Amino acid sequence: MGEKIDPNLWSDDPLPHLMGGRLPSGQVVFPMPVGDAAQGVEPYKLSRRGKLWSWTSQGFLPKEPYEGPGSGPGEGPPDFQPFLLGYVELPGEVIVESRIVDCRLEDLYLGLDLEFCIVPFNARFDTFAFRPASQAESQVA
Amino acid sequence: MSENVYIIGAGIHPFGRTDSRSGREQGVYAVREALTDAGLEWPDIECAYGGSAAAGNADIMVNELGLTSLPFTNVANGCATGGSALAASQQAIASGMYDLALAVGFDKHPRGAFNAKPADYGLPEWYGQTGMMLTTQFFALKIQRYMQLHGISRTTLGKVAEKAFRNGTITPHAWRRSPVDLDTIMNAPMINDPLTKYMFCSPAEGAVALILASEKKMKELGADGVKIRAVAVKTRPPNSFEVFQAGISIEEGGKPTVLASKAAFEKAGIGPEDISVAQLQDTESGAEIMHMAENGFCKDGDQEEWLANGWTEIGGRLPVNTDGGCLACGEPIGASGLRQVYENVTQLRGRAGERQVPGKVRFGYSHVYGAPGLSGVAILERE
Repeated sequence: MGEKIDPNLWSDDPLPHLMGGRLPSGQVVFPMPVGDAAQGVEPYKLSRRGKLWSWTSQGFLPKEPYEGPGSGPGEGPPDFQPFLLGYVELPGEVIVESRIVDCRLEDLYLGLDLEFCIVPFNARFDTFAFRPASQAESQVA
Repeated sequence: MSENVYIIGAGIHPFGRTDSRSGREQGVYAVREALTDAGLEWPDIECAYGGSAAAGNADIMVNELGLTSLPFTNVANGCATGGSALAASQQAIASGMYDLALAVGFDKHPRGAFNAKPADYGLPEWYGQTGMMLTTQFFALKIQRYMQLHGISRTTLGKVAEKAFRNGTITPHAWRRSPVDLDTIMNAPMINDPLTKYMFCSPAEGAVALILASEKKMKELGADGVKIRAVAVKTRPPNSFEVFQAGISIEEGGKPTVLASKAAFEKAGIGPEDISVAQLQDTESGAEIMHMAENGFCKDGDQEEWLANGWTEIGGRLPVNTDGGCLACGEPIGASGLRQVYENVTQLRGRAGERQVPGKVRFGYSHVYGAPGLSGVAILERE
């Protein structure tokens, strides 16, 4: 396990949760606001399960401030690893943008059941992602 | 009671790459073209509004244009810089304070996709570090969902780009002047699925200047004016889905384009069916498709039929992006919105040459969209 890319981005539970915030109005937002905007906002553990709302692929090496494969010293586009990303609707909460892992582009469709996971990002950090829901956790959910 | 406002001069510096000129020098070039077009000299201009996103302040242009002591307001409003400059100069004349005003926008961007800083948009650093701070992803994510919900095919995306490049071949100010066939567009490298390389516009360079006049001044000069029927600029309403959002509300919100479009049509007292030519923000192929519906020109999903029948071609039911739009002209942010207005002025005056929309062109519609969720619409009329 690497370091968390942001110490407050997900919880440290055995089964971690992405952290959002609940506004005084009851609306759930992501990410948890910081600074003055966080006043009155309760940290909120987001659901580990959701449904795919939209998706795309990232086929080229992003410029700064990207810090993933291909961005390091002496690295370049050949070192870049294309990835999938999308928006995941967490029922009754909020739609979050996330990497989508453990599947192929052609496997994706609106409403696909997904679950939260932590994945290695670069030599130092882990980040969060969603992957197609496993049978085991489907039965629990 | 506000005064009628007319565009009596329009100038453009060709879009694309001009290594020999800075962004601001391209702006000065466009201003001189607009002055010549209006039959005016720089000292005639009473006030000016303008700016760029990445090529410096506009007011320094007085060094080249002349130190006439006019009030020159810098506009720094991202993708809406041009639209905001137009709105401000329109208001300056409509208020009765001035009779001649300048709106100018220019830019010069490095090659490749824009790279934005998370902090500038109130976002945490991880959003940029992990590779999500890309405008191209937003456009792909928005059209991907739209295609699934409304039955838009990948071929229709390709046809939008094919039309843009075809229109670019007959547009002197366009950057891309060669046609690109549908197969090439569809089989080009994928940038963000479903959008290939040829379906995206590129950051570029260019400049546009417009000279606005009161009705009294236009008549006094005997100028060839096009009336500004309505200008509307709107920022995003609650719960909307915009570029650079790590989280979106589960409640479906409004859209800045829908708000700006409705406001402009209401002000103008006309409807989408009255428009003869439209310039719609086409950052990529999908944006043009979605903006056709958001601006009220068709229902969601009908674009499939529109593109199949060529209804947005020059000569079609509603010609869209007659100069090739952002796809063929590139996107110098500060100039892009004013290019759309320039194209409508040219079409309404009947001076568009090979790309002239046939028949009576009475109302021209332009729509610009950009980060962090704002839209500007202008409706022009040939009286």
